[in-house]
Amino acid sequence: MAETTAAHYDAHGDHAHAHHDDHHTPGFFARWFLSTNHKDIGTLYLIFAIVAGIIGGAISGVMRLELAEPGMQYLPVWAGGNIDAAYHMWNAFITAHGLIMVFFMVMPAMIGGFGNWFVPIMIGAPDMAFPRMNNISFWLIIPAFLLLLASMFVEGPAGFNGAGTGWTVYPTLSTSGHPGPAVDLAIFSLHLAGASSILGAINFITTIFNMRAPGMTLHKMPLFVWSVLVTAWLLLLSLPVLAGAITMMLTDRNFGTTFFDPAGGGDPILYQHLFWFFGHPEVYIMILPGFGIVSQVVATFSRKPAFGYLGMAYAMVAIGFIGFIVWAHHMYTVGLDVNVKLYFTAATMIIAVPTGIKIFSWIATMWGGSISFETPMLWAIGFIIMFTLGGVTGVVLSNAGVDTIMHDTYYVVAHFHYVLSLGAVFALFAGFYYWFPKMSGRMYNEVLGKLHFWVFFIGVNVMFFPMHFLGQDGMPRRYPDYPDAFAYWNHIASLGYVIMAVGMVFFFVNVIISLIGGKKAADNPWGEGATTLEWTLSSPPPFHQFETLPEIK
Amino acid sequence: MRGFKALAVAAALTFGAVQAQAQDAAAPAAATVEQAAAAPVAETAAPAVNLANMGTAPDATVGQPQGGWHIQPQVTELGQRGSDFNTALLLIMGVITAFVFALLIWSMIRFRRGANPVPSKTTHNVLIEVVWTLVPVLVLVGIAIPSFKLLAAQYDPPKADLTIKATGHQWYWSYEYPDQGGFGFDAVMLSDADAAKANEPRNLAVDNRVVVPAGAVVKVLLTASDVIHSWAVPAFWVKMDAVPGRVNETWFKTDREGLYYGQCSELCGTKHGFMPIAVEVVSKEKFDAWVAARQADAGVEVAAAAPAATAAAPAADAAAAPAAAPEAAPAAAAETL
Repeated sequence: MAETTAAHYDAHGDHAHAHHDDHHTPGFFARWFLSTNHKDIGTLYLIFAIVAGIIGGAISGVMRLELAEPGMQYLPVWAGGNIDAAYHMWNAFITAHGLIMVFFMVMPAMIGGFGNWFVPIMIGAPDMAFPRMNNISFWLIIPAFLLLLASMFVEGPAGFNGAGTGWTVYPTLSTSGHPGPAVDLAIFSLHLAGASSILGAINFITTIFNMRAPGMTLHKMPLFVWSVLVTAWLLLLSLPVLAGAITMMLTDRNFGTTFFDPAGGGDPILYQHLFWFFGHPEVYIMILPGFGIVSQVVATFSRKPAFGYLGMAYAMVAIGFIGFIVWAHHMYTVGLDVNVKLYFTAATMIIAVPTGIKIFSWIATMWGGSISFETPMLWAIGFIIMFTLGGVTGVVLSNAGVDTIMHDTYYVVAHFHYVLSLGAVFALFAGFYYWFPKMSGRMYNEVLGKLHFWVFFIGVNVMFFPMHFLGQDGMPRRYPDYPDAFAYWNHIASLGYVIMAVGMVFFFVNVIISLIGGKKAADNPWGEGATTLEWTLSSPPPFHQFETLPEIK
Repeated sequence: MRGFKALAVAAALTFGAVQAQAQDAAAPAAATVEQAAAAPVAETAAPAVNLANMGTAPDATVGQPQGGWHIQPQVTELGQRGSDFNTALLLIMGVITAFVFALLIWSMIRFRRGANPVPSKTTHNVLIEVVWTLVPVLVLVGIAIPSFKLLAAQYDPPKADLTIKATGHQWYWSYEYPDQGGFGFDAVMLSDADAAKANEPRNLAVDNRVVVPAGAVVKVLLTASDVIHSWAVPAFWVKMDAVPGRVNETWFKTDREGLYYGQCSELCGTKHGFMPIAVEVVSKEKFDAWVAARQADAGVEVAAAAPAATAAAPAADAAAAPAAAPEAAPAAAAETL
């Protein structure tokens, strides 16, 4: 890492080409709809993720509103007074919230957005290896999202619209329990999103292995590139398993097979094994690029290279590997044999070791540094705090003997929101503020950025921390209504949502006013700590960069 | 080995259930005859018990959510053990979190730009990297040992005194008592109004409770008729999925009489949140009385299971097999087990 400094590369080499490039900048339609440019596709992904995030976040707002008081207050009104329709609407909302946030917000933003934008630049490549495939990846995710949204408006269970299966889509609820076509649409949506991600993964692996600039060895790559490389492998190896599982479900639903139907000799638990063989790597797919972003941001604002670079890179490789052999810890209550549970307990606990290495290395990167606290750094530190909290509850949950009581309660909801909604999302905001000047060519407003951080930080903690309490007290997940004893902490959690939502107002205002009237960003606004190649380019970078490859010494 | 045995048992039970269903379908007439024979005796000898429950009032301090931040009070030995282990984990994790946050805050203060304008050039330190790899390993081993013991204990039940079969349906539970002649009933959630009338918490109260004797090892066999459900009673440290086509097994043993609520813990469709579980733990005597009443109500025959010498022949028994147990006194009619 230390060697990968911008100083070795003459950044102005490209400026000579700037005029030349301008002549080749395509028109609006060709540029945005037929794009083969990794930066434009990255921008499209980011816009898409923000739109999906607004929808997914609004759905969670409805959920928190309904849960703010015991009893059913709001959903029955929207469901036309039919209480059963309201209950089903709840299930459709939790399903949509989960699927949207996982497949259409975090993944497109992390990998499609920041991965596309900065992986080629960071390794000194002019673009992705397969630019046209990159375009297909993006344009597959749009119909995937539309299919998912459409599924909410067609019949699921008899008489009600939408798939109310949870994002896990377990049979037999998703087969015999949902005779209508809503689940079929959701399956097609996942097929397309999965195909999009597999193509993207192939593209990233090929790009990173073959298109590094001279001198950019694997062990000199920025940690963000490492994180995307590991993520791409996880995608490539896990998504086909999901695709297989949901295709089996599709044939169960429509063509009379019985893979998951005990009446025909099938087993619903088989689906859970297949799903979580994908699903557990999937949670690392969502968080690993966040690790990479945080490593870049912490190093930049500590003005120190990342501590223990090799340990950091191989900790991610280890997390990715172990991620494939711990899946059944999501299934401790399905009736597994005791020895199976012993194994999965032990294997799951081991993940704490490489994640511990990462946490300590980030702190060691800050140690001895000269730290300034611009907005991206606040988000990165917030990430470390949230991820530590989510990590230790993960160690609690890894114990099968304890998970007996915690499984499918709000404790689990709190845990995975701490690592994802607070972990991955904090990393996304860190990356967004960090690279906003580079991507847009304009500075964001520091005051609004900090306000966004603090209000959001308080809001999400008020929202999610009490969920640990609810879970320990036994409140099950996916309940639209609850015994009155759970009312207090649910009310607090809903207040937290309001605070969080106010925080998001600062974000949107900041983005809009900065895009319109933000200060022009310098090539490198972050100073000597920002050593990766993107800071050697202009802000925003030229349409095609590195037409002469940079040389890394 | 254990795995194969469990599979074999599950397979046998599933097959048995299918067979039983076939028999049920094949011989509906016989059952009607038996019930008709049992009915008059049941009327005369049935004790004054309510079939739905034995009248235990809910206790706000145990067996239901407390509204606080901690695990519900545990009434089984394993539950207490699990709860203590969770508390220990909480302490260990609290210490680790505090340590990480202290390091983080210290570095934020000590190494802020104003206090430390010139950053160090350190990029690695093998010793400290080895330490922060090995120390967590040791901590995890320290956690794993008691964790494994707890898990092994959960899978090592004593011989069952009572077996209950619970079946999840959309959206209620049904229960069977195979050792007591196989009577069964459905447990459907009470409406808010009925729960209020019964002085029970809403969303937790059911019309028919599972009644079990205190001090007995209760084995619960779980399956489902439609989609996956999950049978959970937090105060017992019990949660096990009810999966169609499979029979899962869990168990509990509590000495404390009382009423313990739980809720379905696997998303099962529209009214997933509204199929609670209520287990009423009563004295042996009350349990026997309840079983007798249930048997009388269902008209089940338990003669083969209850030898005459124990004087335990219930009313239904006497009716179905009067010659086998002529000495059964009316006073003993309530005794079953």
